[in-house]
Amino acid sequence: MTASTSNLAARLESTISAPHVTADFRACEKYSIDNLIPSAVVHPASAEEVAEIVRFAIFEKLAVVPCGARSKLGIGMPPARYHIALDMSGLRQIAHYDPGDLTLSVDAGMPLAELSQILARKNQFLPLAVPFFEESTVGGTIASGVESSLQRAYGSARDFLIGAEFVNGSGTLTKSGGRVVKNVSGYDLHKLLIGSLGTLAAITRLNFRTFPSPPGYGHAVTTFSSFEAAINFRSLIVKSPIKPSSLEILDPAMAQRISSVKKSSAATSSSAAWFVKGRWHVSVSFEGNDAVLRRYERDLTRWASESRAASSRFLDPSEDELLGWSLREMLQLLEFATPGATIFKLSLLSALDADTRRFRAIADQCSIPSALLYRDAGALYFVLLPETDEVGDLTQLARAARAIFDFASSKRGHASIITCPTSLKRNVNVWGLPRSDSVLMGRVKQAFDPQNIFAPGRFVAGI
Amino acid sequence: MKNHLIRELSKLLDTSAVLHRPEDLLLYEYDGSVEKGRPDAVVFPSTTEDVSRIAQIAAKFNVPIVGRGAGTGLSGGALARTGGVMIVFSRMNRILELDFEHQRAVVQPGVVNSDITHAVEHLGLRFAPDPSSQKSCTIGGNVAENAGGPHTLAYGVTTNHVTALQLVLPDGEVVRVGSKQGDLLGYDLTGLFVGSEGTLALVTEITVKLSKKPEAVKTLLAVFDAVDDASETVVDITARAITPAACEMVDGWTLCAIEDYVHAGFPRDSAAILLIELEGLSEAVKPQTAAVEEICRAHHAREVRVARDDHERDLLWKGRKNAFGALGRLAPANYVLDGVIPRSKLPQALRRIQEIGQRSGFQIGNIFHAGDGNLHPIVLYDPRDATQFERAIQVSAEIIRYCVEIGGALTGEHGVGMEKNELMPLLFSDADFDLMRRVHDAFNPQAALNPGKIFPLSKGCGEIRVRPASTAPAGQLV
Repeated sequence: MTASTSNLAARLESTISAPHVTADFRACEKYSIDNLIPSAVVHPASAEEVAEIVRFAIFEKLAVVPCGARSKLGIGMPPARYHIALDMSGLRQIAHYDPGDLTLSVDAGMPLAELSQILARKNQFLPLAVPFFEESTVGGTIASGVESSLQRAYGSARDFLIGAEFVNGSGTLTKSGGRVVKNVSGYDLHKLLIGSLGTLAAITRLNFRTFPSPPGYGHAVTTFSSFEAAINFRSLIVKSPIKPSSLEILDPAMAQRISSVKKSSAATSSSAAWFVKGRWHVSVSFEGNDAVLRRYERDLTRWASESRAASSRFLDPSEDELLGWSLREMLQLLEFATPGATIFKLSLLSALDADTRRFRAIADQCSIPSALLYRDAGALYFVLLPETDEVGDLTQLARAARAIFDFASSKRGHASIITCPTSLKRNVNVWGLPRSDSVLMGRVKQAFDPQNIFAPGRFVAGI
Repeated sequence: MKNHLIRELSKLLDTSAVLHRPEDLLLYEYDGSVEKGRPDAVVFPSTTEDVSRIAQIAAKFNVPIVGRGAGTGLSGGALARTGGVMIVFSRMNRILELDFEHQRAVVQPGVVNSDITHAVEHLGLRFAPDPSSQKSCTIGGNVAENAGGPHTLAYGVTTNHVTALQLVLPDGEVVRVGSKQGDLLGYDLTGLFVGSEGTLALVTEITVKLSKKPEAVKTLLAVFDAVDDASETVVDITARAITPAACEMVDGWTLCAIEDYVHAGFPRDSAAILLIELEGLSEAVKPQTAAVEEICRAHHAREVRVARDDHERDLLWKGRKNAFGALGRLAPANYVLDGVIPRSKLPQALRRIQEIGQRSGFQIGNIFHAGDGNLHPIVLYDPRDATQFERAIQVSAEIIRYCVEIGGALTGEHGVGMEKNELMPLLFSDADFDLMRRVHDAFNPQAALNPGKIFPLSKGCGEIRVRPASTAPAGQLV
């Protein structure tokens, strides 16, 4: 412990009016990021207290990482410095919810699951179908930038986050946007917070537009003997008037893993009924009134046969729920099932089949099993699943990672790693190859956090 | 010095691409707003490289730069408030790439909004944001102002349809942000630049999303004898979980003006009409149309008409989109506001606007995007009467203040510009301005780009020195 962090808890307690401060090692350990443990954990109860803590950190030149339920702290690089964990879960009020306006203003620490129940009472929802849904807070979800599996129909957070309040790196409470669905008053600073991993500000409140719950749901799983056939099926859907809420292509390995997921130990051990070994699976979920659902069933059946599907199944509600849950939680499921799981998120728009063949070839060359999930109108996820996270496997992982970064870049795309063993981060920058916009991002960071106290080093380009 | 500036610009560009004589500059003194500001020179670059070199020349002479598309903006965003070089993007009007498979288009900033849709509609695609000026406004201007339009209710505004930008910074540096696909990890710089009103960078290339055209479209015209009934209908449609593609309201007085102009078949004796459009799969649109019709009737609609064909539908929309032109026949000038309110407060807001109009003696028309609470009160006045103009501005400020008071915002789609910058403190604190200013300075430290916009002048950026452009002698640079 350095001089500046000794007696940190005591100084925090004497500086800050009321919040709970702890320096107990076991408590702090729960806030570790890539094995780095903070010197103190603070639980502010209000935005004003957050500002006080940040001002204290500026004065003492300490690094602060804001967090919610701590489920996604592994995203990004290890922080260069980490003194205070700012646990935002005490800020959990709904500041404003008017179902008639379809707008919501909620504190950052509000759990997503609780919020979704509140909205469900008014027959509304927030289209954040994200991994770690059950434990996440709304602030952590936005700050981590994880993708919603409903993005195809509802857009990403940038499309329905309409305003925010946050404490910036000068220790002042600031806001941008507002509480109305259409607004161009001032810069859209709140959009910068999405996926910022706490490197710009501590988010205290978020304003969203909410959506009416659809009258009914449907879900089809269609299987194909090749990726080309699956892509052909996708093309028929994309060119048609129907607009599924999600359209995902799973390679045989991904389908196998997802199909064996159980939500409880009571469930039977057999694979899901939709699963066919060795096939490419296309999962299509949709929503609407009864006539619309029937229309989807009719169209999907026809296109499945036109694209020579091996099998096609419309799921019953319990199957739909489990598969929807598994696809949403894909990140967490793979992370827990395989210690060395390394998940690449690819921003790439070129020839899907040729590109994925190349990724699979890279994995094969490095003798690492792989799996793939393509989320239409979203990202392509390529997953390396080494047997262990031992040194030998890590060397191969690092080699594969560099090849994947290079290939994505050669196709005018970009690859980053969102999940991997901490030890891999010693050899590989998870953010991928250097980017032309790094300098601009650095300027944004400097404007928000001139003293560099927020999560230094976790972000792109060493930010 | 001005001669030297012009000489350098003329050396870079073709002589037809540099305007500097006062009579040539006159046209560029105006946009669609009530504001004025004359540039010292107007240039028409053809390439990103040109734009970069122009920025360097302007920096060398220490004069501001203002980007401009078609000049249809309504907040003075494209006016040279402090003179300087105006960059007009009309020669950069090429569609660079159409990727139908991934539904993307890469375009130059001078491409006219509706031309994107024209280029892709044969494949059932379109560019969704549709400002009323879409036949003339450019995508570059749409990006700068984060423009909206009637159909943004269901499909979102410009920012929701832009995935990447190529930018020129004030020092001439060319950078790219975002990605064609759109989901690039990192700060959402694209989201920051869209809607920054040309105060952070000049946009020279834009990647937009293309959307599928809907299978079925139903357009309803509902006629009401009381404004309250029309606004309650809007509230009820939202409450019943129906999201129309568009939901526009026009008050009876404005409607008469439109009818005289376009002959769309609007009734002349109504208090208000709603123009509601439902889009999607035919299985969804059919019951929604029935439900909307029922809601309208429950709120005492005198008549609900469903457009029978495309011709009838186009006529209804022509009436809506040409409304501002129609009002031009009634008064020498009008001032279009752009306040936003929580949509459940529509009835009370319209009552208040009516009250304000009656009290102040101004005729105020209302034609607006009711579905998302984006009001466009139009204050008619005579600009030749200086006191009338001043009072019109005061009345407008009162309406905007009221919008903010009930939880709304200053501007929904027109931008802050030099029109509402002094009203910004209604929404933002000194701390908010401080952060916005730091973000501004991070990209535009010398306030070379579009000075005098967005920020109240007292809380301004860098070295903003505003001169009243109309009174400054030509040839004198600040």
